[in-house]
Amino acid sequence: MQSHLESDLKELRETFRSGKTKESSWRISQLQGLLHILEDRENDISMALKQDLGKHHVEAYRDEIGTVVKSINYALENLKQWMAAKSAKLPLAAFPSRGELVPEPLGVVLVISSWNFPIGLSLEPMIGALAAGNVVILKPSELAPACSSILAETIRDYLDYTAVKVIEGGSDIGERLLQHQFDKIFFTGSVRVGRAVMSAAAQHLTPVTLELGGKCPAVVDSFSSSWDAKIATKRIAWGKFGACAGQACIGVDYILIEKKNVSNLVELLKRYIKQFFGDDPNGSHSMSKIINKKQFSRLKSLLNEPMVKSSIVYGGLLDEEGLFIGPTILVDPPLDAAIMTEEIFGPLLPIITLKRIEESIDFIRERPKPLALYAFTKDQNLHKRLVSETSSGSIMFNDVILQYAVDTLPFGGVGGSGFGRYHGKYSFDNFSHEKVVVTRSFFIDIWFRYPPWDDKKLQLLKSGFRYDYLSVVLIALGLKSKG
Amino acid sequence: MASEEQVKNSAFDTEAANCLVKELRATVITGKTKSYEWRVSQLKSLLKMIEERDKQICDALFSDLSKPEMEAFIHEIALVKNSCKVSLKKLKEWMKPEKVKTTLGTFPSSAEIVPEPLGVVLVISAWNYPFLLSVDPVIGAIAAGNAVVLKPSEIAPAMSSLLKKLLEEYLDDSAVKVVEGGVSETSALLEQKWDKIFYTGNGRVGRVVMAAAAKNLTPVVLELGGKSPVVVDSNVDLTVTARRIIGGKWACNNGQACVAPDYIITTKQFAPLLIDSIKHELLKFYGEDPLNSPDISRVVNSDHFARLSKLLDDDKVSGKIVHGGQTDKSSLKIAPTIVLDVPEDSLIMNEEIFGPLLLVVTVEKIEDGIDFINSRSKPLAAYIFTNKKELKEEFVSKISSGAIVVNDISLHLMVDTLPFGGVGESGTGAYHGKFSFDAFTHKKAVLHRSFLGDAPARYPPYTAGKLRLLKALLDGSILGIIRALFGWS
Repeated sequence: MQSHLESDLKELRETFRSGKTKESSWRISQLQGLLHILEDRENDISMALKQDLGKHHVEAYRDEIGTVVKSINYALENLKQWMAAKSAKLPLAAFPSRGELVPEPLGVVLVISSWNFPIGLSLEPMIGALAAGNVVILKPSELAPACSSILAETIRDYLDYTAVKVIEGGSDIGERLLQHQFDKIFFTGSVRVGRAVMSAAAQHLTPVTLELGGKCPAVVDSFSSSWDAKIATKRIAWGKFGACAGQACIGVDYILIEKKNVSNLVELLKRYIKQFFGDDPNGSHSMSKIINKKQFSRLKSLLNEPMVKSSIVYGGLLDEEGLFIGPTILVDPPLDAAIMTEEIFGPLLPIITLKRIEESIDFIRERPKPLALYAFTKDQNLHKRLVSETSSGSIMFNDVILQYAVDTLPFGGVGGSGFGRYHGKYSFDNFSHEKVVVTRSFFIDIWFRYPPWDDKKLQLLKSGFRYDYLSVVLIALGLKSKG
Repeated sequence: MASEEQVKNSAFDTEAANCLVKELRATVITGKTKSYEWRVSQLKSLLKMIEERDKQICDALFSDLSKPEMEAFIHEIALVKNSCKVSLKKLKEWMKPEKVKTTLGTFPSSAEIVPEPLGVVLVISAWNYPFLLSVDPVIGAIAAGNAVVLKPSEIAPAMSSLLKKLLEEYLDDSAVKVVEGGVSETSALLEQKWDKIFYTGNGRVGRVVMAAAAKNLTPVVLELGGKSPVVVDSNVDLTVTARRIIGGKWACNNGQACVAPDYIITTKQFAPLLIDSIKHELLKFYGEDPLNSPDISRVVNSDHFARLSKLLDDDKVSGKIVHGGQTDKSSLKIAPTIVLDVPEDSLIMNEEIFGPLLLVVTVEKIEDGIDFINSRSKPLAAYIFTNKKELKEEFVSKISSGAIVVNDISLHLMVDTLPFGGVGESGTGAYHGKFSFDAFTHKKAVLHRSFLGDAPARYPPYTAGKLRLLKALLDGSILGIIRALFGWS
């Protein structure tokens, strides 16, 4: 197994050195290969997602297959433009010269993905890596084994195996991989492992992107229109329970709302939960299951803390064997309980009540910067304050999660939620080096740039730096002495 | 919590660093540093500082590096002033949110990207351009609305203490601080949680900085170095080439610059001509006794002097000196020295020289130079002198480096519209001009939706019809959406 890894890396480096992956035709062929995987093997992929996470195939399509197809098409449409050198304006003092920014691949990149959106979070970064002309190693999460397996099989069959490899396995293979030098590491996962990845990368000065998580709050204002209140609640319910059962880095973690609106909110939430999942969410097959026993136990223990249990107002269904937790709502669990200090990553929805909705700003600021912040409001002032007084990877008004699907918006965290970004052109840029190329001619060499130094040269340079060309000419001609 | 006086007088340890960061975070929370007015006031103050104290700055540079006034002016003062001015001129534009297009899939919606400060940032600078490499990143940090701690290099002590004095006098000391010191002070700072660390220096310490940053998931910019090669083709204007090489090597802090030419690659036949031309121009620049010329910086200190002397004293190298080689330990001066074709395994061929020694490596065909460079780590800058279009294009497409300059040396770092940074071993991230602002900014994605336009297709319970509609929505095709809505697909 050890020598396999080394020989794989050697092969990848040689492929990169050959220059093959730099050609636009190669990049296009790989992106089209990814497209074919998703078209030809849609059913197999859906089944793998069903097996690993109990995902309904419509949810699988919506969140993992369809979005990736969209991203690949976007990359194919724009690749030529992204690959083109951009010319940079240079000041006259640098005349005659030309400046350009030339994007080039970094080389051998490592993509480490997580288990909650195992297909999407593996393929989205790969689109960027391949579009930018790199060779890639993908290390999918071993916690979603069926998906890891289907990825390994399809990538081997549809893509250029001398340039793109999938290495399956757990933390031991992950650690072995991290001992090697890569030209970039793209990591999606937890804070704990993110730290380990960056520490390992530091030994080789490998640049990294860390897509982590956090507690994404949803601020819910008061609404005069019941339509608005219903839509807001429906979207939140979807953003919590309908996206991998809350196991999503940009899923809604908790709600902030004024005390007077809580009972209405809870009633509406119950209504929509029923509408989405029927009376028996477990049997509905429309809600994902918890990935494994470890996560299940973790979520169970979040609920078992003394004051937390008593704050449950709905749900609490725990099916350990089926690894299923029903939609659960809590009102005002203690703020120092684990459910309010750790990222929940499950279908438990705490509602925190406030006297005035403006208090949500301080509440959010006192806590680590989340990957996403959601706010449902028509109040322009609150809107403005939330944008300018809080910080998060992204902020979305009146809906949830959709920012993930917008190719023109950078997707990434800040502070504890990570750094670096991707999607659309940002993916291409993430895996590229923007190389500066400046070309001068031999004609016109400015004699006063060189020693030996004297006062006249100093004055000329001072004028030159101020772009005061008239003074430059006058001083050079001896008609002026000070620049 | 230690009072300011106590902090100044006692050793700067972890506790002191912790207090410092706490104080800066308290400033940031007030929102003061975010305001346009505050940023402008600080930048204007910096400009004033440079204009009023330029003599003191030059004196400190002379004390630390024997840097000639001209170099101090061109490479440090003028560039920093320009940086301030560009930032002042463009700040409003840089701070404006950028509207972006959204697709049918999220209709109706509007989106923008809002730049916001990261928070409290740490700038660690180097000794060779101690004014430029300290203040330029600080300008970026301030322009982007952050609070900043500057840790200047202790190897340039006169500048370090001048920076402490001047920045505290001219800038808002509730948001901009200078911490002087060496390894232990830097370590104490690195243990804190920063929102960004900007480091200029070498790869060894760069690794330490990144490893420390990893503990707090702090993003970093690492401006490092490497062996910057110069490929010289034979059909070039020899005089201009020689002048530009000298201008980028010995006239830049005596070769102690991250983008200074480290080694030249040229053909066996052309090497003697090139070396002669360089010798000829060196005489014009520095006279008969370059060791004592006032127009050239000295080696910064005795440690580096010993390091450079050792590179020359190596048996395999000392016999290959074709020009210069004189040293004067008392004045820490080494004459401009050219060394020809040293063995590949000698130390001087494998470490960044960072001094007044220039290697010449000869090859059979000039194209071999490209493979030679590619067999080594990616440098911060790579240079080529040629008039042949194909050679230039091959060089540009095959060599990966922070930057490539054709027919000149180092020009790119004087241009604020070009990003300055490395790749691979030469670093990560970039700055200068708007790139400085961006380096210290978080670009927050903001998406607005209305309460109308709710697609039932996204919600459970899931049906085949919903799946069709979703496919059409993600495809962005109107026809597909209409057909799906009517159940025709």
